[in-house]
Amino acid sequence: MKKIRCALIGSGNIGTDLIYKIQRSPVLEPVWMVGIDPESEGLARARAMGLKATAAGVDGLLPYVREDNIQIAFDATSAYVHAENSRKLNELGVMMIDLTPAAIGPLCVPPVNLREHAEKVEMNVNMISCAGQATIPIVHAVSRIQSVAYGEIVASLASKSIGPGTRANLDEFTYTTSNAIEVVGGARKGKALAIINPAEPPMLMRNTISCLTDETPDEARITESVLAMIKEVQKYVPGYRLVNGPLFDGKRVTVFMEVAGLGDYLPKYAGNLDIMTAAATRTAEMFAEEILAGTIQLKPVEVAA
Amino acid sequence: MSEVNLKGRKVTVHDMCLRDGMHAKREQMSVAQMVQIASALDDAGVPYIQVTHGAGLGGNSLQHGFAPHSNEEYLSAVCSAVKRTKVSVLLLPGLGTMRELQSAYDCGARSVHVATHCTEADTSPQHIAYARKLGMDSTGFLMMAHLNTPEGLAQQGKLMESYGAQTVYITDSAGYMLPADVKARVSALRDVLRPETEIGFHGHHNMGMGIANSIAAIEAGAGRIDASVGGLGAGAGNTPLEAFVAVCERMGIETGCDLFKLMDMAEDIIFPLMEHIVRVDRSSLTLGFAGVYSTFLLHANRAAARFGIPARDILVELGRKKMIGGQEDMIIDTAMTMAKERGLLKDAATGAAS
Repeated sequence: MKKIRCALIGSGNIGTDLIYKIQRSPVLEPVWMVGIDPESEGLARARAMGLKATAAGVDGLLPYVREDNIQIAFDATSAYVHAENSRKLNELGVMMIDLTPAAIGPLCVPPVNLREHAEKVEMNVNMISCAGQATIPIVHAVSRIQSVAYGEIVASLASKSIGPGTRANLDEFTYTTSNAIEVVGGARKGKALAIINPAEPPMLMRNTISCLTDETPDEARITESVLAMIKEVQKYVPGYRLVNGPLFDGKRVTVFMEVAGLGDYLPKYAGNLDIMTAAATRTAEMFAEEILAGTIQLKPVEVAA
Repeated sequence: MSEVNLKGRKVTVHDMCLRDGMHAKREQMSVAQMVQIASALDDAGVPYIQVTHGAGLGGNSLQHGFAPHSNEEYLSAVCSAVKRTKVSVLLLPGLGTMRELQSAYDCGARSVHVATHCTEADTSPQHIAYARKLGMDSTGFLMMAHLNTPEGLAQQGKLMESYGAQTVYITDSAGYMLPADVKARVSALRDVLRPETEIGFHGHHNMGMGIANSIAAIEAGAGRIDASVGGLGAGAGNTPLEAFVAVCERMGIETGCDLFKLMDMAEDIIFPLMEHIVRVDRSSLTLGFAGVYSTFLLHANRAAARFGIPARDILVELGRKKMIGGQEDMIIDTAMTMAKERGLLKDAATGAAS
């Protein structure tokens, strides 16, 4: 079967883990890895896994986009360079999946709104944050049954799974995730809390999702909706597991989740990174399926002067 | 008890009634109560007082409880009521943000404890730098310090100093440490920090060691001590300020506080507003003994009542799972898991006790 050819930008942990997930996909093929450090382990590994690699940043990839027929690019660099990367690749008709907090394009949580983005042929979609991917499906599972006045999530992350970029910019994580709980999750007000736990052996990612509904929650329907949503997420993150709940307390609904990673490149405890790469891969697959079926067509984005 | 002569040593005390004490009040304090307490502390010559939700800026949440007022409402009222004392706030990166710090500054806060778990100092550079930019008295606050070695804490403290912290605290959030533990940690910091960088100690009284640990910290070079009048704080409370000041007077340590005014304040204002007697009891002693975050106390008592699992069992399990400050959600989660194991609760996914 024909596959859609992809480029990965950023040769760190996320980019490297993406190679494994994309290689397994029936509709995607990883072709290029883009880095900025010729000595990086990620570039060497990408080459060893059969990808072409450049250490010259996105500019090193641009001349090959047409001849290698690259149609989808994943950006796992930083918010600061994403805008430029996206502009250059969009101009060539490459669709961008943004794993940075830049959020130029619409926010995407696959089981909630991916189909909508694919139908609109969005040329840049943003994957929010690890905590967003792990919790917003549950907020939505409640808000699709009853209106939610307030959604709050607590993400506990293993210290070893949090890189220097996130550490130095925790506020960005807080703002991005809180906003997405509202925009995608459907809560009128959202709040995100992050805890970094150094326990050894490293703890699996834990997420607690609490919603305050406007009216008394319909326990049976909300429980059914939450369990159905968990099954949807498990399709691309098999280690997404309900630990406790839904717990009902007046108008408060609380769900306690755990995320174990697949252990591709990243260790299992890094479920937070795994859920990002898995959601990004799922997003690319949906676009790829539509492109292959001929229902959508990617077009170069004209840039206003 | 001490071989070091501390006569004439100056120590800056920092009262925690209106921040850590919020935990002991389940975050329920009125603006009028805050103003009354702050004014009494000001009158007694306490140089610094901390005022926020118990979990600090951004603390109002389902996770940490909602106070009846915003931090801004409390801060504005207190800052305009006090004359000499400086008002500080607590900020935990991951919960509070720089926007909230700016807002607290605008209300009159001039000092901040930027708090991280004792191994995660590198989550604080933005916030410490921002506090310094605002001209605030900036402290790096290493919580649950018993979970890191003296050498490890020294490294973490050095990081905070490099971000701009003017003071680095050893924070015994679990009330677990003994005087020798405190001395080793403060000494390790003193060895690596610049001479002008101050060292602080924040104790909890869960093992009854608040005052002894604070004195040990001073002996090893600490110049700032957190305490609270009447011990109003999480767990068995903070180091009781009036008793600490009394000990200091006997030892010749200068705090600049009026002991009798603090004693009167504890008796007339703080004790009457306590909802439970803040003291070493079965649950709070368990926190200290097992090394669990003091704020977990009331949460564990509530989960115990709800799911039929003794609070002590829950707290010990939380200690075993190495849960840290901020993971209050894991208290209910742990209680539910234990209740399922004991056949007291059904599993939602299967409808059966698992």
